[in-house]
Amino acid sequence: MLLEILGSGCAKCQKLEDLTRQAVNEMGVDAQINHVKDINAITGYGVMITPALVKDGVVKVMGKIPSLDEIKKLIS
Amino acid sequence: MSDCCSGGVRLIYACSGSADVGQIADLVSRKLRDAGYARMTCLAGVAAGLSGFVESARGADVNITIDGCGTACAKKALERIGVMPASFVLTEFGIVKGKTPPMDEIVSSLCERILQQGEPSPGAVQRPGSRSGTC
Repeated sequence: MLLEILGSGCAKCQKLEDLTRQAVNEMGVDAQINHVKDINAITGYGVMITPALVKDGVVKVMGKIPSLDEIKKLIS
Repeated sequence: MSDCCSGGVRLIYACSGSADVGQIADLVSRKLRDAGYARMTCLAGVAAGLSGFVESARGADVNITIDGCGTACAKKALERIGVMPASFVLTEFGIVKGKTPPMDEIVSSLCERILQQGEPSPGAVQRPGSRSGTC
């Protein structure tokens, strides 16, 4: 599974990345996590509000930081 | 451009249809974007069901559609994903489909009239002269 965190690198984007890594570790799933900071790559997804979490090319959540449990549901 | 965790997100979509009024809708949307009225994004992405575009529309505070004619494809594309936009239909502003060349003065005039209407109301069809907020 490929998980991408879309965001310029602000504190909230970093928080989403940290929570996503925690979720992956706790679930024991095999996932590659990339933090995408390039604005053209972000808008290429059509994302106009960050941070966003993308799973295998599909935007799962954007514009907010979901809870750890919510992230687990989104990537399960 | 994407905004990081910011509120007050206002997105604008043009029908960009093949008729002259579709081209004018596109030009009007770009001019409004350049004026800071809203951030422009792709209607085609919404219509294609691409997740980022769909979620952006759902997450925006206000979505604005600029349609060239009463078929209102942009408005209906957003309604299909459960988003009720503030809708502008340019033929309701007096331009005639098939008889209106996309000239700068026409585009500028339409932009001014849209801006004069003030804050667009989500879910409402914005008609000329029907002010819905402060300007």
